[in-house]
Amino acid sequence: MTYPELVICEYCDSVWCRSELGDHEIARCGRCRAVLYRASRADIDQLLALTLAAAIVFVIANASPVIRIAVSGMHNEANLLQSIAALSHGSGLIVGLVAAATLFVVPLLQIVLLGWVLVFARARRRAPGFAFAMRWLHRIRPWSMTEVFLLGVLVAIVKLSGMLSVIAGPGAWATAILTVLITLIAQHDVRTLWEPLSARVAVELRE
Amino acid sequence: MTAAPRARELGLTGCHTCGLACAAEHARCPRCDSRLHARKPDSLARCWAFLIAALIFYIPSNVLPVMYTSMLGRGEASTILHGVVEFWKAGSWDIALLIFIASVAVPSTKFLVLAALLVSARRRSAWARLQRSRLYRFVELIGYWSMLDVVVVALVCALIQFHLLGTAEPRLGIVFFGLVVVLTMLAAMSFDPRLIWDGDEE
Ligand SMILES: [Zn+2]
Ligand SMILES: [Zn+2]
Repeated sequence: MTYPELVICEYCDSVWCRSELGDHEIARCGRCRAVLYRASRADIDQLLALTLAAAIVFVIANASPVIRIAVSGMHNEANLLQSIAALSHGSGLIVGLVAAATLFVVPLLQIVLLGWVLVFARARRRAPGFAFAMRWLHRIRPWSMTEVFLLGVLVAIVKLSGMLSVIAGPGAWATAILTVLITLIAQHDVRTLWEPLSARVAVELRE
Repeated sequence: MTAAPRARELGLTGCHTCGLACAAEHARCPRCDSRLHARKPDSLARCWAFLIAALIFYIPSNVLPVMYTSMLGRGEASTILHGVVEFWKAGSWDIALLIFIASVAVPSTKFLVLAALLVSARRRSAWARLQRSRLYRFVELIGYWSMLDVVVVALVCALIQFHLLGTAEPRLGIVFFGLVVVLTMLAAMSFDPRLIWDGDEE
């Protein structure tokens, strides 16, 4: 037995009845004030557009240098993957793996899995491996750290600018845009994709 | 005080993954096939284990150097706090503050808050439940920003590495520091915030 009309607060186990929300409204738990659900249902077209944009920006962010340094005619540059490799020397391997997972693998998986689910949802179909993709999207979410990388780029620029001439490369700008896109994607309630397709169609028809 | 019933009293369990309200007799969520738990298994013991491991690693992560830099023939190994002081002396007090918050204040806050939550949840304390619930969400939110130092060390090492000017290499301290961040995140994830409210009905 399941009860889709009920919502259970993850933070305190209180049971509430779902109700329709107005635009941009957020339903909060009356006991612990945690967010229960948001009015912004996952708008598939918009979400897919954001995900495709994120995929393109992700490639640029990883392929181009994030920081360039120059001093007395010599110059050097580094991108995200080179930085992870520099960290992974010798005993740094463990922390290199953590950095590779949180800054590269997890954001990549998020984009790929979300894109996969959405492409099929747009054609009003359940993607093959839908439950698998949705479960992993939920599991890996806390480990995505693109915004921390952006802040780290900023700090590294300030740190080195004392002794060298430092400029932010295209990769840094792409990372900034990627952070914005990820924030926009996170505002959609991806969990609404779990609702049966028939229920989603009914909502679209009513609108 | 609201008198909303709690799922366990009604024989319900909320799915962690997809949010569906399921009858408690299901071992797995009928919609997404995730395991269902009325409460996370061994939540307090697991959280303590991760927290203590993180606390132990926190010592070498602060004592050992995180990076060795050699510029213009002058080599030095610097710790995290040393980096903060250098930014401060160089006049970048804002960056010094940022690194201090990410590398010292955030992990320390997590240690103190999680320990307080663990002790009060074990005693089924009714004290400041709402504030404790908010504190848990705050810890969940800030946790991963501690990774900042790891990113900075990685970038500096990649840029200065093999450079004619000098070299920069990561040192063991950053390994411990990265593990502290991962362990504190695992500790926060294994704590079950529903325990804060257990006993609220009585
Ligand atoms: Zn609640
Ligand atoms: Zn589920």
